[in-house]
Amino acid sequence: MKGAGAALRHDSALKHTTGEARFADDLAEAAGTLHAALVLSDVAHGTLLSLDTEAARAMPGVVAVLGPRDIPGANDIAAIGQAEPLFADPLVEFAGQPLALVVATTRDAALLGAAAVRAGITPLEPVLSIERALELDQHVVAPQTMARGDAARAIAAAPRRMEAEFRAGGQEHFYLEGQVAIASPGEDGEIAVVASTQHPSEVQHVVARVLGGACNGVTVTCRRMGGGFGGKESNASWVAAAAALAARHTGRPVKLRLARRADMIATGKRHPFLYRWTAGFDDQGRVLGLQALLAADGGWSLDMSGGVVFRAITHALNCCDVADVSVTGCAVKTNTVSHTAFRGFGGPQGALLMEDVVHRIAAACRLPPEEVRARNFLGAAGKGEETPYGQKVEGDLIARVWAEAKRDSDWDRRRGEIAAFNATHPTLRRGLGSMVLAFGISFGVMHLNQAGALVHVYSDGSIRLAHGGTEMGQGLFVKVAQVVCDVFGVDLDRIAITATSTAEVPNTAPTAASTGSDLNGWAAHNAAQTIKGRMAEVAARRFGIAVEAVVFADNRVWAEQAGGNRFLEFAELAKLCFLERVSLSSTGFYRTPDIHWDRATMRGEPFFYFSYGAAVSEVIVDTLTGEHRCLRTDIVQDCGRSLNPAVDRGQIEGAFVQGMGWLTCEELWWDGQGRLRTVGPSTYKIPGSRDVPPIFNVRLLEGAPARSETIFRSKAVGEPPVLLAISVANALKDAIGVPALDLPATPERVLMALRGDGEKIARD
Amino acid sequence: MATAIGFLLNGRQVSLPPGTSPTTSLLDWLRGPGALPGTKEGCAEGDCGACTVVLEAGDGARTPINACLTLLGQVHGQAIRTVEGLRGADGSPHPIQRAMAESDGTQCGFCTPGIVMTAWAHAREGGEVHEALAGNLCRCTGYRPILDVFATLADDAAATPVLPAPQAACFEAPGQVFHRPVTLAALLALRAAHPQAWLLAGGTDLGLRVSDHRERPAEVICLLGVPELHALRAMPDGIEAGAAVPYARLLALFRQEPGFAPFATLLARLGSRQIRGLGTLGGNLGTASPIGDALPPLLALGASVTLASSRGTRVLAVADFLRGYRVNDLAPDEVVVSVSLPRPDPADIFVCEKISKRHDQDIATVGAAFRLRLASDRVAEAWLAFGGVGPMAARAKRAEAALAGRRLDADALEAAASALASDIAPLSDWRGTAAYRLMVAQGLLRRLHLRASRPDLPADVAGYDP
Repeated sequence: MKGAGAALRHDSALKHTTGEARFADDLAEAAGTLHAALVLSDVAHGTLLSLDTEAARAMPGVVAVLGPRDIPGANDIAAIGQAEPLFADPLVEFAGQPLALVVATTRDAALLGAAAVRAGITPLEPVLSIERALELDQHVVAPQTMARGDAARAIAAAPRRMEAEFRAGGQEHFYLEGQVAIASPGEDGEIAVVASTQHPSEVQHVVARVLGGACNGVTVTCRRMGGGFGGKESNASWVAAAAALAARHTGRPVKLRLARRADMIATGKRHPFLYRWTAGFDDQGRVLGLQALLAADGGWSLDMSGGVVFRAITHALNCCDVADVSVTGCAVKTNTVSHTAFRGFGGPQGALLMEDVVHRIAAACRLPPEEVRARNFLGAAGKGEETPYGQKVEGDLIARVWAEAKRDSDWDRRRGEIAAFNATHPTLRRGLGSMVLAFGISFGVMHLNQAGALVHVYSDGSIRLAHGGTEMGQGLFVKVAQVVCDVFGVDLDRIAITATSTAEVPNTAPTAASTGSDLNGWAAHNAAQTIKGRMAEVAARRFGIAVEAVVFADNRVWAEQAGGNRFLEFAELAKLCFLERVSLSSTGFYRTPDIHWDRATMRGEPFFYFSYGAAVSEVIVDTLTGEHRCLRTDIVQDCGRSLNPAVDRGQIEGAFVQGMGWLTCEELWWDGQGRLRTVGPSTYKIPGSRDVPPIFNVRLLEGAPARSETIFRSKAVGEPPVLLAISVANALKDAIGVPALDLPATPERVLMALRGDGEKIARD
Repeated sequence: MATAIGFLLNGRQVSLPPGTSPTTSLLDWLRGPGALPGTKEGCAEGDCGACTVVLEAGDGARTPINACLTLLGQVHGQAIRTVEGLRGADGSPHPIQRAMAESDGTQCGFCTPGIVMTAWAHAREGGEVHEALAGNLCRCTGYRPILDVFATLADDAAATPVLPAPQAACFEAPGQVFHRPVTLAALLALRAAHPQAWLLAGGTDLGLRVSDHRERPAEVICLLGVPELHALRAMPDGIEAGAAVPYARLLALFRQEPGFAPFATLLARLGSRQIRGLGTLGGNLGTASPIGDALPPLLALGASVTLASSRGTRVLAVADFLRGYRVNDLAPDEVVVSVSLPRPDPADIFVCEKISKRHDQDIATVGAAFRLRLASDRVAEAWLAFGGVGPMAARAKRAEAALAGRRLDADALEAAASALASDIAPLSDWRGTAAYRLMVAQGLLRRLHLRASRPDLPADVAGYDP
């Protein structure tokens, strides 16, 4: 029996490698399926006066051209709050905004039709930078401040003070499978949607809203995604809504699959940030007071920017403590695509603030940044263990992960070796950098911290498991199945893992915020536990013992103890339950206990617990060209008592490399008209295999079960390790001897920083 | 003359119905009519590798290619294997498929079929692992488990296909004609008759127009069946390469031939293994893109091209062949037949450079190739060629002049770097600002000094061994 804690492989692994695993676009198309393509604005800001669709309608194969007037319900695909139109009407707010949808008998006909639609747009002045939006005071999330003490006074009273400004770019998700949805009309106005989505319930809501119907007429399923990373949270909903609209109009199944270019232009990305801060500190590098502004580029609409700002603010001090602090966060409104969830959800951007503070202050004090950071750790001498918003963290774990990473990386010896190399090589410079993280786990939006599951045991002892979580490659399905195995004491092959469906588990949260296994694991546990209780009663009667003495283990149900004389095969007992008319089906529900947040005071305990981790990275830089490489990384990551160490290691490695991409080579580039010009892998460079550190040591923190009551004392791991990639950016600063480095640290930014004009890279 | 497209697919002969568009991408065909959706579309521009399939040659060679860039007319007479074709006769997964699954080499699984096919080819072909994987992007795993599997691959010694001898073919579909001549004379006659037709060799540029931009060309002349364009010969004074020789073959030869190692190092970074399996020098010259990786070395070597038409043949220096931004000297009825690459003198300093955001499979922000001939310690002749810093790849004549007659010391290269500022006129775009491009081009001259003066030291980050 291999339940929780076993390093089982991904349940679909062999199907992935043989090509059998079916993604949405791989499913055989129903007869009569139509294909849709989007008409996108190429103007960043303007008023849509006309849409000339005549040429498109006349093209062979084109069945319909649909715009805002064709929407039976609301032209609104907002995830939260305010109206965000599916099709611009009449205000166009970014280059790439959907204007209409062309439906045709083939995908090519739809794409050619879409290219033939002419939009008449009267241009308005676009706002294309965070700075300009701040000047205009235009926001999608108004400034909000988390404060403790009197930062201004502490800064004024401090022996030294410093002001700085820096930027971090956004990030394209670049899930390998692009956005796709297939909508099929049924009887009585029903719509069945197969979507690549992290949030089937939201797809359901948005489809129902756009069609003007009720949720019970919309069924959404998702077996798996080819990657999500947050990009298929809110953005999957409008893609599905467009497909559903076309299905409603034509009465035929419609597939909308975005080409990579359209996907990159029309869907949101990680928020770029601008940071401005003032700190007061002493000669030992202790930060005594800090005032900071974190301004996210929200893009044209709210989307989920509120949550991103919340997480950026709550993670701005990361693992550090500053007694007197005031952090203001906002998301400005610009005429760019609406930025959205991306692994870490503002947490990585928040954590960059304190790293910038630490590195610049360390340079000013002529101290190693690691020493400065450690002196400011939560729980360090003279520092508290409570975040400015009032939640206590485990300072001992912060100190511990850093100590272990430092030891694993052989820090002191390598510092000397690197110094010797740098003293002799004429142009190459090596550098060592580190990162320590404390990442809060739970959704910032309280009501999302819930999950449901549905478990059936059939009379032959086989088990069917459904829950609200979605599989995007992170191994959620196998982890939750392991939980159910553990409850029933059975092997994994007894459990059928099924597609996520709103028909089986309703009203779910997105699979996001690293909470997938925490929430769905508990929900499935609770469902299984209910059934197990009923089965145990039947077994107890059969054995003539107390219910408490029934033991489920090794695919059997034992009297008194596993391995004893008296047992029933699990299947036998299931059959017995059926014959005795005992229900073998149950839902399960879970909501995260004890968390709360007061928006008015910006205080509370919004996180169920914190995840901790530390990393050390080494880089080498060519001072002639700015080219660089990461040579080695050592990671220690806290996963509590891991549900599946193999899956967790994969999450750590993948998150780190993805974070490295964000911080080093992935650059979004908009032209002067606000058009994104990095619209495919030929122009937008995610890490390749050579970019992974050739020495890459990843270790799960040992002997550290979660202290809160998580599922089997495990901890979430999807997002926190993204922050560990900041160690690479820090190593680059060390190598070039300049603490000020805008991100992503492309060879160009590194060279410019070296030459002393690294503050800004001009946009043409 | 064949009129129906036919090829071996997973060991079975497939013959496509008449009227099938010969410019349908292999990927669209596999996922549609072919009913083999294991091969995925990730980008439709030949960069992500999710659509990787393997071209199986009659000699057993396995070339991974991007199915998104490959047109049906191109694979006529060839053998293709997809992820569905790797299972054993009893239906059991291939050992590579098992290994990838058991080593946690998959997360979302979308890139996996392409990676499995790259692995299957690599198991036979060998070579450096990152070079093999450069054309396959994975967004989930961070590659570590995939690299572990690649480190232990074993060739399965599976049988090689028997391929038919090439014969002339012409495929027609509504509004389209696709010619596949098998003699140079026939090619030149077709070219004279159809000056508007696409000349298709590897298709890494034209395939993109079909796959990504959904163009449907009316006329195509495919160069793959013409033996003269596939000739590749090494001679004492240099290499003669047919215009349609894929980079992969060129790279293999460069690695063996004295004097060409620096060019080989650069070619190993041109596109990916998939792109090099298709892409050709002739194509790079034909598009005359200012960022063609191979162009600066051709200029630095003093290479020449042989052009042919029914009117006759002429030979032109590459420097004279390139005329401007995506403009070359090719007449409407002409084709590039071959390229002559003079062998550098053993005493020459020859260096090829490429600066890009990512080391592998990226387009150059700045490309460069330098060749210096020294006589009694002084620069007798200098060829300094750059790409990506102007409308076309070109030599930097002022910088060359600044070096002439000087010792190759830091001062001389500083002088060349200063002069370079008036040689080049880079633009700003998503790959880099004009200021950065100039700075880097100058930096590459300084790096040349380091390479020449301190061969004992790693000169760049790629050359540093941790």
